[in-house]
Amino acid sequence: MATILDFEKPIMEIQEKIEELKKISLESGMDLNKEIETFEQQADDYRKELYSNLTASQKMQIARHPERPNFLDYVRLMCEDFVELHGDREGMDDRAIIGGLAKIEGRPVMIIGTMKGKSTKENLEYNFGMPQPEGYRKALRLFNHANKFNIPIVTIIDTPGAYPGISAEEKGQGAAIAVNLREMAKLEVPVIAIISGEGCSGGALGLAVANKVFLLEHAYYTVISPEGCASILWRDATKNNEAAEALKITAPDLMKHDIIDGAIKEPVGGAHSNYEFMAEEMKRTILASFEELDKLSKAELKSQRYDKFRKMGAFLE
Amino acid sequence: MTVQDWFEKRKEAQIQRRALEAKAEVVENPDLWTKCVHCDAQLLKSDIEENMMVCPVCDYHFRINARTRIAQLFDENSFEEMFSNIRPTDPLDFVDTEPYKDRLAKALEKTGLDEAVITGLATIEGHKVATAIMDFDFMGGSMGSVVGEKVTRIMEKAIELKLPVLVITSSGGARMQESALSLMQMAKTSCATSRLDDEKLLYINLLTEPTFGGVTASFGTLGDIIVAEQGARIGFAGRRVIEQTIRQKLPSDFQTAEYLLKYGQVDVVSARKDLRKTLANILSMHEV
Repeated sequence: MATILDFEKPIMEIQEKIEELKKISLESGMDLNKEIETFEQQADDYRKELYSNLTASQKMQIARHPERPNFLDYVRLMCEDFVELHGDREGMDDRAIIGGLAKIEGRPVMIIGTMKGKSTKENLEYNFGMPQPEGYRKALRLFNHANKFNIPIVTIIDTPGAYPGISAEEKGQGAAIAVNLREMAKLEVPVIAIISGEGCSGGALGLAVANKVFLLEHAYYTVISPEGCASILWRDATKNNEAAEALKITAPDLMKHDIIDGAIKEPVGGAHSNYEFMAEEMKRTILASFEELDKLSKAELKSQRYDKFRKMGAFLE
Repeated sequence: MTVQDWFEKRKEAQIQRRALEAKAEVVENPDLWTKCVHCDAQLLKSDIEENMMVCPVCDYHFRINARTRIAQLFDENSFEEMFSNIRPTDPLDFVDTEPYKDRLAKALEKTGLDEAVITGLATIEGHKVATAIMDFDFMGGSMGSVVGEKVTRIMEKAIELKLPVLVITSSGGARMQESALSLMQMAKTSCATSRLDDEKLLYINLLTEPTFGGVTASFGTLGDIIVAEQGARIGFAGRRVIEQTIRQKLPSDFQTAEYLLKYGQVDVVSARKDLRKTLANILSMHEV
């Protein structure tokens, strides 16, 4: 059974009417095609209208949709010859961050992302997309490998944040992220980061110091989850919708402050409604970015990335 | 025992005796007296101040603000402030239960500071450093655009002047009211440390009570050498968030400087009274 988001209920009601008419038509032999078409048109129009005017909290629900395509879906749909590369070489292999070599349109890339499951069993394996320090360290190992062999890097990020736990703290969760931020600044290959769902906090940024940063149309990127923000500032986690609006987490707001380079169009109904369309759009964005970044020398790639983040912020002087 | 030690010991004993006698006076004279939040001892405020804001009875290190830290740590009058002209704004028109603008104004009034960090040049026992000192009293020491920019500028100044960098953290993390802009300060400051690496300039972190979130996950833990002040709480996620996630009680010393030392996350834990010596010593080793 597909998960229906609450703001999509009016569409579902129309859909139910259509089903009913179809049934009547079949049973009675009456020609109701005209009526059915009208309703279908209505549902279509409504959906288009709805999806072009989503609020931040509605987008948040789409970004968190349990059937939203995950990292391995994108790898399967965009890439050929994926070889997963495991482990941090310090005794751990975090499953919340997966990476490896693959080809996109014949070109080798290092593709790394946070991984979410679609069932409880999968989510336990992938820890709900919340990486441990060893995940960031594995990613760093793969970044450095790509850098050594001049292979461009693509990261796909969908995480509620880095995992808050005892062993995560003991192993230096903060430092693991920090080191990635610094080391990504030193890479001399093209780096493209795509926030595909939830982009929460340092846990997302730890894979996103890139030459080009994109958001899927209904994804979001924020310093803290809207729930976390609401429980601190409003002292009430149920104020998450207010927090989501106030935090300006959607692609148009982020573009206004030059935090991302652009949004990648989702199919009407959200990425989960058409995996192939979504993967194709994502692939197109990646290839276009490669074309642009291929013109830069190693030194220019490094300085373009540095300058991009150096300029971020808003203050008076 | 040297004569000096003997005087120190006698002074400590006096303070302890006074503390025990003082209970009644605390109520009568709250301007003069206070209670240690850790051991509950009744103390003369001036005794704590003379003891570098450390409880003379139980050695609890009170959190101190940036101005006090500057006065305690650096050579007298050596601190020259820089970049104080960089001031906060409200890029998102952020309003929660209170507008961000009002919160900024209140923080300014409370602390006399424009922002949660002071940056400049100073010397420690004659060793010159470029330094940033965070202040928890200004909106929980949170890192917004100004903190990120000033920390980055002081690193750039260090590169220009070929100086070591000392960053003293005290922060609850990123400033939510600037949302993704504050998140990006983590990237900006961390990228800036990559240039310190390029120039082979020494970068020291001094982590003080408390250091969390976006500061821990960026410039706060990228030092070549990480010193933590005794008793400071340091971590990525807050204690409450972890407890809620894993639904179990945490060890009482969890996320203290001493706990982090045990797990190999910091190089040195130092008492406040020893910090000057510790830092001067480390700095001197890098000047050959």
